Amino acid sequence: MCLAVPMRVEEILPDDMAIVEMGGVRKTVSMALVDGVVAGDYVIVHVGFALTRLDAEEAHKTLALFAEIAQTAGIANPGAG
Amino acid sequence: MKYVDEFRDGRVAAAVARRIHEEVRTGRIYHIMEFCGGHTHAIARYGLPDLLPASIRLVHGPGCPVCVLPIGRIDMAIAAARDAGVILCTYADVMRVPASRRESLLTVKAAGADIVMVYSVQDALAVARGNPRREVVFFAIGFETTTPPTAAAILEAQRCGLENFSVVCNHVLTPSAIQSLLDSSEVRRLGRVQIDGFIGPSHVSTVIGSRPHEFFAEEYEKPVVIAGFEPLDVLQAVWMLVQQINEGRAEVENQFRRAVTRDGNAKAQALVGEVFELARTFEWRGLGDVPYSALRIQERYARFDAERRFGLEHSPVPDHKGCECGAVLRGVKQPEECRLFGSACVPDNPLGSCMVSSEGACAAHYAYGRYRRKAASGRMAAGGP
Ligand code: SF4
Repeated sequence: MCLAVPMRVEEILPDDMAIVEMGGVRKTVSMALVDGVVAGDYVIVHVGFALTRLDAEEAHKTLALFAEIAQTAGIANPGAG
Repeated sequence: MKYVDEFRDGRVAAAVARRIHEEVRTGRIYHIMEFCGGHTHAIARYGLPDLLPASIRLVHGPGCPVCVLPIGRIDMAIAAARDAGVILCTYADVMRVPASRRESLLTVKAAGADIVMVYSVQDALAVARGNPRREVVFFAIGFETTTPPTAAAILEAQRCGLENFSVVCNHVLTPSAIQSLLDSSEVRRLGRVQIDGFIGPSHVSTVIGSRPHEFFAEEYEKPVVIAGFEPLDVLQAVWMLVQQINEGRAEVENQFRRAVTRDGNAKAQALVGEVFELARTFEWRGLGDVPYSALRIQERYARFDAERRFGLEHSPVPDHKGCECGAVLRGVKQPEECRLFGSACVPDNPLGSCMVSSEGACAAHYAYGRYRRKAASGRMAAGGP
């Protein structure tokens, strides 16, 4: 019920709607709760509404931290598996 | 799937888990409550307890919106659909929640009532547009994530003059639920539920921000780490909590920075503030009547309030005898401690609400618990089932 997923915005439509995509699945959802989203942005979609934009820079910071932890543990190329 | 798969890497999970093993102090037990059903689901699905030291006890919280709906509210939905003759729209999970007299919306639908399962409140608006001669009622449930969509729908109905659309509002508030847990006798006096820190809600916090959690950190001296729903997010949050607990800190930290800010989504908050106001009290399954824990539709939007429009009334109904949902939701019991678990009560035939949604503690334990040991690491390495 509370599960929501990050989806990529493909096209902004009239009336605050947009086409979003994840893993080949396309949906038309409402952008009424977020401002200034453009095609190519990632948004977190829940019950047909984008709840928020996903901050790519912050995502990469978190992933960089994971990469560092993995490297210290002697794991090469994390994220590939 | 970008921004999903990277956060499910099994080998990184093992590395983070190793850090947690290094961090925990011998002789100390860490009781960590995950408030959200989404976290409960991730923990069960990826078998995270198997990766963690035994000294970390994960306690499930009441953050599953289907689980906390009391029987009386479902009875109200049934009354609207069957007796008031409306078309009732609701989210799929609500359909199977057991009501009185062994009924559910599903059985009532099978018996001929007009009940439509929707993915979004927008689908309910579409039903209203397509059936101008019928009254269409959206039975709205959920925490702060589904509330802004409901508010947006009511505003849209008003804008378009959609006169046959109204809402039964069951929107509940996360901070009130956390507070009522912390104030409960189980936590305060009896010590039956020990909570050393919280994994804070992810998507709820995208809307309300991290700021509302600061109260718990300060007032109750409990650390809170807001975490995403992927397994690496949860593990990192546990690591951060262990560090806070070891250092005696009680702060709000944000692991889910990619989606949560301190102030949250101001636009969504404004829509909610426009349409809703605090309800004086609301009954939660497992927690009872919790003051100021839910929202109601403001007077100026009264014509969209199905409870007023159809004179629907809520009367409290006791849970199924033997069902331990109340104790499970308060963290007092584990699902396996209910004697109906897995025998009389299974996901195909739930006797209590915690067995309905995949985020319910009983359903998550049932679906993943038995296979956990064998399959957990394989599932994560493969990026989930
Ligand atoms: S197993 Fe079923 S009856 Fe028992 S607590 Fe869980 S939902 Fe309730």
